[in-house]
Amino acid sequence: MTSIERDRFERSASSAAVAYEREAPSPRAVMRRRALTHPGFLFGGTVMVATILVAIFAPLLTSYDPFAQDLTQRLIPPVWAAKGSWAHLLGTDGFGRDYLTRLIYGARISLIVGFGAAAIAGVIGTSLGLVGGYFGGRVDSVVMYLVNVKLAMPGVLIALSLIAVFGGSVTVVVAVLGLLFWDRFVVVTRSVTQQLRVNDYVTAAQAVGASSRRIILGEILPNVLNHIIVIASLEMASAILVEAALSFLGLGIRPPTPSWGLMISEGRNFMFFQPYLVAIPGAAIFVLVIAINMLGDGIRDITAPEGRN
Amino acid sequence: MMRFLIHRASIAVLVALTVSIIGFALLRLSGDLAAALAGDTAKPEQIAQVAHLYGLDRPLYIQYLDWAGKALHGDLGRSLFDNKPVSQLIAERVGVTAQLSFMSLVYALVIAIPLGVLAATKPNSWIDRASLGLAVFGQAVPNFWFGLILIIVFGVTLRWLPISGSDHFSNFILPTITLGTSVIPAIMRVTRTGMLDALDSDYIRMARAKGLSTVSVLFKHALRNAILPVVSLTAVSLGFLLGGSVIVESVFALNGIGFLAFQSILRTDFPVVQSIVVFVSFAYIVLTLLSDVVNAYLDPRIRIG
Repeated sequence: MTSIERDRFERSASSAAVAYEREAPSPRAVMRRRALTHPGFLFGGTVMVATILVAIFAPLLTSYDPFAQDLTQRLIPPVWAAKGSWAHLLGTDGFGRDYLTRLIYGARISLIVGFGAAAIAGVIGTSLGLVGGYFGGRVDSVVMYLVNVKLAMPGVLIALSLIAVFGGSVTVVVAVLGLLFWDRFVVVTRSVTQQLRVNDYVTAAQAVGASSRRIILGEILPNVLNHIIVIASLEMASAILVEAALSFLGLGIRPPTPSWGLMISEGRNFMFFQPYLVAIPGAAIFVLVIAINMLGDGIRDITAPEGRN
Repeated sequence: MMRFLIHRASIAVLVALTVSIIGFALLRLSGDLAAALAGDTAKPEQIAQVAHLYGLDRPLYIQYLDWAGKALHGDLGRSLFDNKPVSQLIAERVGVTAQLSFMSLVYALVIAIPLGVLAATKPNSWIDRASLGLAVFGQAVPNFWFGLILIIVFGVTLRWLPISGSDHFSNFILPTITLGTSVIPAIMRVTRTGMLDALDSDYIRMARAKGLSTVSVLFKHALRNAILPVVSLTAVSLGFLLGGSVIVESVFALNGIGFLAFQSILRTDFPVVQSIVVFVSFAYIVLTLLSDVVNAYLDPRIRIG
C-alpha cells in the first residue's frame, strides 16, 4: 500500500466509523446476529456443547461401568436389530461391555486429546509465529526453518514411534500430538503479525517506548486471537482423528480405556458379523470432527471484520 | 533464477541435515541399543562387548557422523529383527508404497480439479454444494474407518474387490480410495479459490470479450494460472500420502514401507523405523524442492521476486 492509498483508506475508514456510530449496531450485536443465522456454526456448536455435556456427566447418563466385563452378555446387537434388547441400546462388545456406555466415556478421551493437543500446539505455534512475524529477519528465518523441518517429518510415523517408546497413556498421547500440529499456527500467526506490525498503533506503542514483549502480547496477540481459535479448532479435529488412528493401530490409548479408535480396533475382529461394532464409534468420530470443523469455519465467518456472508 | 535455486536448495540441504539428526536421535530414544542387540539374557560384560563391537561406546556425534556417512552410501544398517540390510527391506517394499501414493494422488486430482473448476464457475450451485459436501466428508472421515467400511461393503457384502494383499492391481483400488479421499478437500479448495481469482481477472474478461469458447477460457487461460498453487500442494500431498500410507497399508495389509514401519515399531526394530522416517522426509524435501522449481519456471514473478 502506498502512502496515498493508505491515507485514502484511513480517511474512508474513519468516515465509515462515524456513520457506524450513528446508525450501525454494535460489533457484538453484529456477531450475535451472524452467529444465529449461520447454520454450520449452530450445528457445530450444538454438537460440541452436547458432546462436552455428555463427557462431563457420563456417570449420570448410564448405569453401566465402561470397564465391567460380562461374558454371558457378549455381542448383543443394538436395539434396532431383531435380537436387540432395551437393556443395551447400542448392544455389547466382545467382552460383554455396554457399547453405549463405552461410547459415552470415549467422548472424554477424544475431547481431552483434542483440547490438550490443540492447546500445546497452539502455545508453541503462536509463540513462534508472533516472534518470527514481529522481529522478521534472522529470527524469522530460524522460525521458518523450524517449520520446514517439522513439515518434512512424517508425523504419524514419529508419533507412533514416540508412543511406542514412552507408552500409551493419555498424557503421552496428548503431548506427542501437541508436538505434531503446531506448524499451521506458526504460518497463520506469522503472516497476520507481519500485516499488523506496520499499523499505526504498533508504531505508536514503539514510539512511547513499550517493550517488544508488551507490544506482542498487548497489541498484536489480541488481534491474532480469532485466527488462532479457527486454527485451534481445525487442529483439534485433526488431533482427534490421529488419536483414533493411533489407538486403532494399537499404539495410542491402551486398553481397556474406552477410546473410540480403540473400540473400532477391538470391533474389527467381529466386523464381518457385527459391523455395528465398527460402524458406531467411527460414526461418532466422524460427527464430532465435522462439528468441530463447522464450528471453526463458523467462528471465522462470524468474527471476520469485513463481514463475509 | 540461479540465485533462487541456490537459496532454495541450501534450505533443503539444511532441513535434510536436521531431519537426519532427529531421525538418529529417535533411534537413541528407544533405550540402550546394545542391550537390545545382546538380548534379554545378556550379562553386563556381554552388553559392553556388543556396545564395543557396534561402536556404541563412542561419543554420540561420532556415531552420528559414522551413521550418516554410511547412509549416504546406501548403507542404512541392519534390521534387528531378521538381520537383513535395511536398504534391502526398503527397496523391496518401496514400490508398493509409491504405487499406492501415486494412484491416490491421481485419483484425488482427477476428482478434485474438475470439481474445483466447476464449483468456481457456478458458485452456490448444486455442484458447488455437492463438492463442498465431499470436502467436508473427506476432511472429517477417519481414513482407517473409511477403509474398514469399504472392506465391509465392497469386499465382504458385494464381494467385488479383494480386501488384503498387494500382488494385483485390484488390491490397490480400495486403499487408493481410502487414502486419496483424505487429500481431495485441500486440492479442491485451492483449485476453487484459484479459479475464482482467475475468473475475476482482466485477462479472462479480455478472453471472453474476444469470443473464445468457454472451454478454452476455463481450461487454457484460467486454469493455467489457478493451477500454480495446486502444483505446490500436489508435492506436499504426495509427501503426506507417503507418510500417511502407514495407516492405510496396515488396514489393508499392503506390504509397503508404511506397513514395514508399523511392524518394525511393534517389534522395536528401530534401525528400520529410523531409516524409513529419514527416507520419507527426504522424499518430501526433494518433492517440495522440485515443485518450487516447477513453480518458478511457470511463474516469472517467483523466480525474479
